[in-house]
Formats: sequence, C-alpha cells, structure tokens
Amino acid sequence: MATSEIDVQVENLTKKFGDFTAVDKVSFSVPRGSFFSLLGPSGCGKTTILRMISGFETPTYGDVYIGGERVNEIPPNRRRTNLVFQNLALFPLKSVFENVAFGLRRRNVPRGEIRERVQKMLERVGLPGFENKAIHQLSGGQKQRVAIARCLVLEPTVLLLDEPLGALDLKLREHMKLELKKLQHRVGTTFIYITHDQGEAMTMSDQIAVMLRGRIVQIGAPEGLYNSPATSFVAAFVGDSNRLQGRVLSRHNKRVNVGVGPLEVEGVSQPGLEGESDALIFVRPQNVLIGSEADPIPEGYQAFPGLVREGIFEGAVSNYIVELAEGYQIKVVVPQASHVKAFSVEDRVQVAWSPDDTFCFSTEELGDITMSVGQE
Amino acid sequence: MGGIQNNSKKSFKPFPWFRVVCLIPLLVWIFVLLVGPHVQLFVISFIKNRHPEEGFYLGNYIRFFSEPLYWRIFVRTAIYAIVTTFFTLSICYPAAFFLAKMAKGRWKLGLILLVVLPFWISELVRTYSWMIMLRETGVINWIMVSLGVFSKPIEMLYNDYAIFVGLSYASMLYMLLPIYGVLDGLDDTLIEAAQDLGASRWTILWEVVWPHSLPGVTAGCIIVFMLTLGNYLTPTLMGGKNSLYFTETIYNQFIVSWNWNQGSAFGFLLLLLSGLFVWLGLKFTGQKLTEVVR
Amino acid sequence: MSKKPGSSTSLKTIYIIYFIAFLLFLFVPLIINGILAFNSDEVPSFPWRGATFGWFYSSSEDQVGVLNDARMIRAIGASFRVAGMVTLLSLLAGTTSSFLFVRENFWGKQALYFAIIAPLVIPGVILGISILVFFNGIIGGLKATFGPDLARPIVRALRPGSLLVILGQFSFIGTIATLVISARLRKFPIELEEAAMDLGSSRWGAIFSVTVPYLFPALLSAGILAFLLSFENFATTLFLIGPKPTLPIFLYSRLRFFITPEINAISVILMAGTALLGLLSMTMRGRAEVG
Repeated sequence: MATSEIDVQVENLTKKFGDFTAVDKVSFSVPRGSFFSLLGPSGCGKTTILRMISGFETPTYGDVYIGGERVNEIPPNRRRTNLVFQNLALFPLKSVFENVAFGLRRRNVPRGEIRERVQKMLERVGLPGFENKAIHQLSGGQKQRVAIARCLVLEPTVLLLDEPLGALDLKLREHMKLELKKLQHRVGTTFIYITHDQGEAMTMSDQIAVMLRGRIVQIGAPEGLYNSPATSFVAAFVGDSNRLQGRVLSRHNKRVNVGVGPLEVEGVSQPGLEGESDALIFVRPQNVLIGSEADPIPEGYQAFPGLVREGIFEGAVSNYIVELAEGYQIKVVVPQASHVKAFSVEDRVQVAWSPDDTFCFSTEELGDITMSVGQE
Repeated sequence: MGGIQNNSKKSFKPFPWFRVVCLIPLLVWIFVLLVGPHVQLFVISFIKNRHPEEGFYLGNYIRFFSEPLYWRIFVRTAIYAIVTTFFTLSICYPAAFFLAKMAKGRWKLGLILLVVLPFWISELVRTYSWMIMLRETGVINWIMVSLGVFSKPIEMLYNDYAIFVGLSYASMLYMLLPIYGVLDGLDDTLIEAAQDLGASRWTILWEVVWPHSLPGVTAGCIIVFMLTLGNYLTPTLMGGKNSLYFTETIYNQFIVSWNWNQGSAFGFLLLLLSGLFVWLGLKFTGQKLTEVVR
Repeated sequence: MSKKPGSSTSLKTIYIIYFIAFLLFLFVPLIINGILAFNSDEVPSFPWRGATFGWFYSSSEDQVGVLNDARMIRAIGASFRVAGMVTLLSLLAGTTSSFLFVRENFWGKQALYFAIIAPLVIPGVILGISILVFFNGIIGGLKATFGPDLARPIVRALRPGSLLVILGQFSFIGTIATLVISARLRKFPIELEEAAMDLGSSRWGAIFSVTVPYLFPALLSAGILAFLLSFENFATTLFLIGPKPTLPIFLYSRLRFFITPEINAISVILMAGTALLGLLSMTMRGRAEVG
C-alpha cells in the first residue's frame, strides 16, 4: 500500500500567535496512500498544523510541501488538499447532491460528468440514492460520509480530517472508526487525521505523530509507540499503563533500581533519566502476570506479593487491581480462558513482570499535564 | 487554544481591504447622520436666533424656564407619556400573559401573528381609524344616537382622553412583545413548583411571574415612553387646540416661527428627558441598552 | 400536561373574554375603516348608503377615487422612490456593518455599536430636526467657502427634499436592518466559508455561494421591514420634506382639512399591502430561525 513516494511533507513548521507558539518546529512526512494521525491533547497545536497544510493559516516559518511542491503561498482553494471539518461544515441549504457537487462545479466540470461522479462517490461511501436529501434529514454518521464524499470526489492528493468523529456518540464512533479505515484502504488516498483519542489513532493509523505543546514528541507505527514509548508523555497518553512514582536508588548500565514506597522495582532507564533523581515508571497491564503465591516465577521476572482489591470481568479479558503495598496498586489484564485461574477480591496473589517491560522516565516532561491526560 | 483559533478564523476576509470598505459606510452613517447632527443641534441651541455673531447665548434655555407656557407643555407631555406608559402596561400585561402561558400550539402562533399584524400598518392609517370612530359625525356617535343612548352626537375627539386612546393604541405592541418574550421564557415548572409549595395564585404572580418579567417590562416601558414622548401625529390629529404637545412646539418653532435656535433648544430638552428616562429605566433594573434592543 | 397556572375554568373564561376584548380593541377601528371605504356616503361614517368602489377609482367631481387623484398618486410615487432608496441603503449598510460587528474585532467597536443602536431611543422628531440643522449648517459652510454660485448645485440637493428624507429615514431604519442581519450572521458557522474555499471557491465565490444564500431570509426580512418603516414614516420625514410630499405627509395635510372615504380607500390599499409584506417577512424570519 505505502510506497516510498511522499505526499505531504512539512519542515520546521512553526506558527506563532502573538507571543504564543502554537506549533514549534514540526517536521514530518507522509508517504502516499498512508493513514497518518496527529495525536495529542487539545491545545497541542495539531489543528493549527492541519490548517497550515490546508492553507487557512500561513506558517510563521517553515515549509509545507504537497506532492513535492512547496505550497506556502498557495491559497486553500488551489491546493490539492481537502479538509473534513470538525463540525463537518456541510452547506445546510444545499442538498446532498449539491454539497458533493460543490467542488466539481467550481472546477467547471461538465454537468453530465458531475452527476456521474457524485453518484459514484455516494455509492462508494454507502449512501446510494441520497442525492436529493436535505442535510438536516441525515443522521450523524450519514452527514459524516457526505462530508468525506464531498472531499474525495475531488480526488485530492491528501484528505485532512479534523476530529471528524468528535460529534458522534460512542457506539457510532466505534463503528465509524472501522468504516473510515476501510474506506481509506479502498480509495487509497492519503489521510491525515487529527484526534485527541488515542484509541481512534491506534485503530486506524499507519503512522502516528504524538504531539505535546506544539511539538512532536514521537512518530511511529502504533505498535512502536505502544511497545517503546520515547517519553513518559507517550507512555501515559498511548494505551493503558500502570504508573508508579519513585526515586532512583542505583543503576548498572541501562538498568535502574527505583524505590517506590517500600518496594524496589527494576526497569530500563530511558534517555533523560539521570543520577539519583525522581522517576516515573510505566508498566502495561498486559505485561503483568498474576498467580498464586506458590506459582513459579518466570526467568528474569521480578515478583511482588499483593492483595486483590478489585476484579472486573469484561468477557474476553479480566482486569484485576492488586495492592502491592498501601497506596501502591497495579492493574493487571489477563485474557479470559478456561485454563486461566480466576481470583477473587481479598485473595493473596503474586504479580510479576519483566524489567524489560518496565520503562523508567524522568519526571520532568509530565508536569501539570499529567492529570488532564489521564482523564482524556 | 480555542480562543486563539477563533480569532484567527475571524480574521478571514474576502479581500485585504474588507474591513475598511465595511467601515466607511458605517462611519459616514454615524458621523454624518447621527453624531454630527446632534452636535450641531446642541451647538445652535446656544446661539441667538438671527444673531449668531453674539456667540454663546443661554437665552433659548432661559426662555424655556421663564415662560410658563413652555415648561408647562413640557411637563404635561411628560405626564402624558408616563400615564400612557402605565396604561399600556396594565392593558398589555394580561394579554401578554395570556399569549405566553395560556394559548398553545397553533393558536398561540396564530394569535401572535394577529396581534402583530395591526402594527405593520401605517401609524397614520391607525390614527385615522380612531378619528372616524370618535368624531362628532363618527361611528360611535352614530351607534349611540341610533340606540338612543345619546340624544345628539357628542364630540369625543380633540380632548385628553382621545389622546390617551390614540397614544396607547399606537404603542401597544412595543409593550406587548417584550413582556411576552420574557414570560414565554419563564419555565412552567417554576410556577408548578410554587403551586406545589402551597403558594396562592396571587403569591405566584407577585413572587415568581412578576420578578421574572421585569426585564421585559422595563424594555417595554422604555420603548413606549420614548415613542409616546416623541409622537407628533396622534396628539396633533386627535388632541384639542389647547392641549398642545411638546413636539408641536418644536414644530412650531422650526416651521411656523422659523426660530431654529429656540426649536433646537426644545429638541435638546426633549432628547434629554427621553435619554434620562431610558437611563433611569436601565439603571433601575441593571440592564444594558445593547441587551434591551434584542 | 400538568396543571397550568390559573387553569380553573372560571378564571380561564375571564381571560379569554379579556383577550377577545383586547383583539376587538385592536381590530374594530381598522375593520370599520376598511368597511367605510365601500360606503357611498361622502362622510366616512354610518349609516350605510349603498356599496361602491368609487372611492378607489371614480373621477367624478363629488367622488374622487384614489386612482384618479393626481396628487395622491404623486405622493404614492414619492413614497415608493424614497422607500426604495432607504431599503437599498439600509441593506447595504446593514450588511457591511453586520460583517464588521460580527466578524471583526477592532478598537472602538463597542462605541460604534452603541452609536448605531442609539437611534432606537432617539425620538423621530429629534432625528429630523438634527439632520435638518446639520445639513443647513453644511450649506452655510459651502456657500461661505465656494461662493453661492459654485455651491448652488450641491446646495440644492442638501436642502429639505428627497435626499434629506432618505438620509433621515435611513439613520434609524439602517439600525433595524443591521440588527436583523447581524442576528442571522452571528449564527452562521464560519467553517462553511472555509469549506467552500477548501473545495475550490475563491473568497468572493465562497461568500456568494454560501454566505449570501444563508443570509437571504434575513436580507429579505430586513428589506421588507425597511420598506414598510420608510413608507409609513412620519415624524422624521415631516421636518425634512421638500416640495414633494410622501404619502403619510400628504394624507396628514389632507386629514386636517377634509375627510372623505377616499382616505379609507387608500387605507384599505395600505392595509392589504402591508399585511401581505408583513406576513412574508414574518415567515422569512421564521424560516431564518429554523434553517
């Protein structure tokens, strides 16, 4: 699917509003036909980047290339990008047909061809025969598809999507995620997708750029971000994590021992963590094993005794909250299967995980935002 | 972030000089048609008629206060306006309440349309309609004489009562609509809650409905007072020869006596009175003009 | 639906009677005015002396109808011209000002906004005389600077007459147009214009293909309102009128001297016309609120 050709490239892209730097020296490139996401909490500058790519904002400095051509000075109506707006921005007084035909009319495409292309496009997004409907007659998901059809019918080099699922209810959002990914696969157009929902980004994207305070913190495939987060922010923001705070006790090569309350946890030191400083430890719940006190511990794992505080059974998986010491709890996710032993509240258990799955970061990057990220 | 983006979106313009092109008509309008004229009105009210060379002159205002004729008319006009305002309020409040809280669905919409309709019609036609009702040879007299209630026709036009009827009729809608607006916005559950808590009908009216409707009442009173104070048509057509209205004295100074300076002073006093009342009304209820005009 | 306030039947009956009385008070004078337009008596009153359409079109000496009253027709023409111009000016200034107030932020915006809503609380008579004295002052200034001969053509236009009437009426009708249009523009999601541009429209193209259609109900409604307000305006016009009276001024001077059912006839025409335009404007506004 992805070829080596680059559709969109930004270099050192920066945007300032007065004293405020909304986007700070951002660079990335998006290969043709791929699904690229910009992920970050609200206010991180992702929408501003999108608006610079589509031409509604001019970069303070830095460049935007589309299809290899520098487009900084080209107005939005002459760029080969199309934008699906956060609130969709469908023209309320025009029919579905007129909405989709709008861009073709601006290009003076012959009438017959317009009719044909609109029809084909509506079929493609699963809305055949909707031509004469008024916008207010459509459901949320249908509006969504019209907004996308309106852009795709112009065969843009790249389709930009600004949190288009934000307005939908949860169930529809889940459904549209898969729809969108399938659609992108089918049409093969490059998508740049903006979201603050890591689940959306993880499900759909080929590549994700995680943003914080106007900068890109890490770019990578979803698995890469998940398995080897570059910073504590990525670790906290992408996927579910156990987060423990402590202080470095000792270090040997890449390994550090961190004192977390009465416990001592061994993990991999990440760049930025130095000396005997405060540290944040992240462990994915999936990487934690749970067993009876007598169970053998796998080779190289560190084990801690604990008490089951909560057990939540969600069909395919079971979640346990295990208290290792007072005030230090850890979440464990185990696949539900007949051979897996189940525990109940107040059971004495043992949890274990590998130091290789334990990421130790400096506490500096996550300051005031830690809390808000967790709740997003 | 949100705020910043909104600002940047607002700066979206059809062409670079858009703001200037929009600003020019607005500034011309404000300065040539509003500010300039009122400044000029103010200035020439301090100039002696036919003797501008004498410079600053207070005579036009002194004359107003020293000649009882003028300030009496002034005070009477103000009283007319106040009485009319209260009269209109007392007639329109129950009607607005009916429309807002008792009429429903299609009826409500139809009735509102029906009430608004007469006020689209020219003020002159409305005044004339009352004239042919009240005249000595008018419709009411014809009915009364035909029924034998009156032995001979009575002139019901050209007196104070006729003016009140005319003035109230002219401005009723401007009282009705704002009150209707606030009453319509009053949640019925509030009234029900009060009932549930054991309030009597009058207590509900006094403790719940009336306070809630105050903004609308203020807006209505301000508009009606101002319209009545500045009315010229109704008092001249329906009032008697000796119930002169202040706008008529302004007209007389301008068109009959050709003393614009005196007329301007009178005009300015009228503006002052009207402005004072508006200000008091707003101050009293803590509202802003920009909110009231909505 | 639970109990409404005052839902006891007796109170409700009293209320309904009150409201009917209220409606009668509003409509009876107007209806009688209308009926008497068709009475052949020379005095607009009862008794009924037979139906006639003469007050609309007759040309005989003792029964001049509206259509054959040359002065009346001239006044109607003058009113149409003035109202047309005022409507045009109000829509133009109302639209540009709305864009400014809704879309732009600049120093002094609040003061300007306050200035344009002020005419709503200035009596019409005052608007009339202030514009009269101001333009008279300008005439004086022009004469002093350029001499009476050079200034003459401009001076003639600035004397009381159509131009001053138009400007005077516009000074407050423009406010109302601005309020109606800006209320609609405020609801316009600005993304629609961006979407149009993103799909290939130019800036102007976006405005004409998306914004103007969106504003259209408000523009129509404001236009009708402006036209009606101008057509019936009396107080402001009274001081600015030249030798060509508008209809209200003409009727006013008629009313003070002699009254015939011809005035009822023109009343009927005016009532029918305004009711029609008024309803159109209301439905437009209703649509604007839904769409």
